[in-house]
Amino acid sequence: MQDIIKGKAYVLGDNIDTDQIIPAKHLVYSLSDPEERKLYGRYALSGVPDAAAGLPKGNVRFVPENDHRSPFQIVIGGKNFGSGSSREHAPEAMQIAGVTAVVAESYARIFYRNSVDGGFFIPFEAVQRLVGEIATGDDLEIDLPKGTLTNRTSGKTYGLRPLGDVLEIIKAGGVFAYARQAGFLKS
Amino acid sequence: MGMTMTEKVLARHAGRKHAAPGDNIWVDVDILMTHDVCGPGTIGIFRKQFGPTARVWDKEKVVVIPDHYIFTNDQHAHRNIDVLRAFVKEQDLPYYYDVGTDKYKGVCHIALPEEGHTRPGEVLFGTDSHTCTAGAFGEFATGIGNTDAALIMGIGKLWVKVPETMRFEFEGPLPPYLMAKDLILHIIGDIGVDGATYRAMEFAGDGVMSLSIEERMTLCNMVIEAGGKNGIIPVDAVTETFVKSKTAKPYQPVADDPDARFHSVRRYKTADIQPTVAKPHSPDNRGTARECKGTKLDRAYIGSCTGGKLNDFLAAAKILKGHQVKTDTYIVPATTEVAKGLATTMLDGQTLVEIFQNAGAKISQGASCAACLGGPSDTFGRLNRSEVCISTTNRNFPGRMGSKTAQVYLASPYTVAASAIRGEITDPREFL
Ligand code: SF4
Repeated sequence: MQDIIKGKAYVLGDNIDTDQIIPAKHLVYSLSDPEERKLYGRYALSGVPDAAAGLPKGNVRFVPENDHRSPFQIVIGGKNFGSGSSREHAPEAMQIAGVTAVVAESYARIFYRNSVDGGFFIPFEAVQRLVGEIATGDDLEIDLPKGTLTNRTSGKTYGLRPLGDVLEIIKAGGVFAYARQAGFLKS
Repeated sequence: MGMTMTEKVLARHAGRKHAAPGDNIWVDVDILMTHDVCGPGTIGIFRKQFGPTARVWDKEKVVVIPDHYIFTNDQHAHRNIDVLRAFVKEQDLPYYYDVGTDKYKGVCHIALPEEGHTRPGEVLFGTDSHTCTAGAFGEFATGIGNTDAALIMGIGKLWVKVPETMRFEFEGPLPPYLMAKDLILHIIGDIGVDGATYRAMEFAGDGVMSLSIEERMTLCNMVIEAGGKNGIIPVDAVTETFVKSKTAKPYQPVADDPDARFHSVRRYKTADIQPTVAKPHSPDNRGTARECKGTKLDRAYIGSCTGGKLNDFLAAAKILKGHQVKTDTYIVPATTEVAKGLATTMLDGQTLVEIFQNAGAKISQGASCAACLGGPSDTFGRLNRSEVCISTTNRNFPGRMGSKTAQVYLASPYTVAASAIRGEITDPREFL
């Protein structure tokens, strides 16, 4: 687990559900095939309505056409991020597109759990609402030991909530490593 | 200190006398269910983590139900089924409901109880968020992702944070124009799409206990739309009669302790509730059918794990009988058993199939999830343009049933049927 996570911001609103994160028609690609799994990166966040994609202006593609990597690494969300289905393809698609952290006001339970247990990225909860504070394209820096997020573009710093119980799983690198530590699995 | 039903089930499966909200515990799993969309990913992780020759922890406890992308020409979707089939063969799994065979079922959450896999007091995990439907049988049931499912496949355990329980009590049997769908849409409108995040939702009171098992499933099905971890309903004779008709396996029901502690208790009188809809694009965007009267519709859809059971079609048929639909209406039975019921169940001398055909509705030839989640573009009933649709399904997020520009209203089978006849949203009391 690194102490500092840097990246460009991609800002979304409230209730970003898993159908917006990865529309259902794309759930047919293989996650095991190294080439085919890139398609999940290509279509990550492609279900977000155009006006809400990359706030405050909107109409910003998360992933450029015909690419599978996003120029944005830190996704900022509002309330109830990742609601809806249990598809693990959602956090995984974001990871394939290059997301290293999400900072939202709150999460839907299964998405949060999948992000942690699958070891895809760290889902942080912000102390205050960041939608409206941070703009798509801003340079961000997360400091884990300090528990802060700094917007280097505006110079402002915000607090992050402690990771609590899931810190152990995140440190281990996912639920399999955690289960090995707990002695449920041979290493 | 007393425990709620949810706390008791989890404590017992962790080998503990007591469990309290916030405890992180490892629980033993009774059933793991997976389907065609998440099964292949789960199997991939299972092989990677446990090795190419690994066996599942208990083949009697793994249930595989293809249901999402079945009647499509999409080759990738077919490949997913091939992956399931090969795995089931390799692992010699007895509970597999293969496409194109007599065993094929359809929507997993309805297939599970039909096949006897839902039992009071048990722990059920599934790679689908609507696994919470099985809480109707007085068990702990919730949805998980591929990684958690792969871990269970190998070790039969998963860590769980014990949730607080919110209790919802309904007083009085349902008036003849209401269905369980109205109750749950009403609750979600009250507490919001994140109103039960990290919590259990327990439904009780004589209003709930007067419901059929299918209607109880509708209540629990949509707890995830309020962010809930699981839904649960006390076990009574209705539950036990149903479960015993499907399985001979023993089970141990649980009940709330008299001094159980709840996060909150909300009480409703069913007579105060109106036929309810969720307007686009969120299940908590509540309105009544009356308020929405006049909203023009391009499509009506009756199907899914929420509104595609036999009782849902019986309700729709009661209203559609002797009428013509003005709106394109799609009928999709959740399972093959429901499809058989449509052909054999009579209402005033006609089968349900005849009633729907005479009304001008289109009936799907196969049982599956179909357009509930959009699916590949050739899916039956999929919204491919900016249509306005009223549906008995559970989600109306942007793009959920296909096009991002379509608008979906969620409602009970009564309200959907009444609206189909008029071509605009209509309160079912106009027909009942
Ligand atoms: S019918 Fe709809 S909600 Fe139910 S399992 Fe299928 S896709 Fe999910």
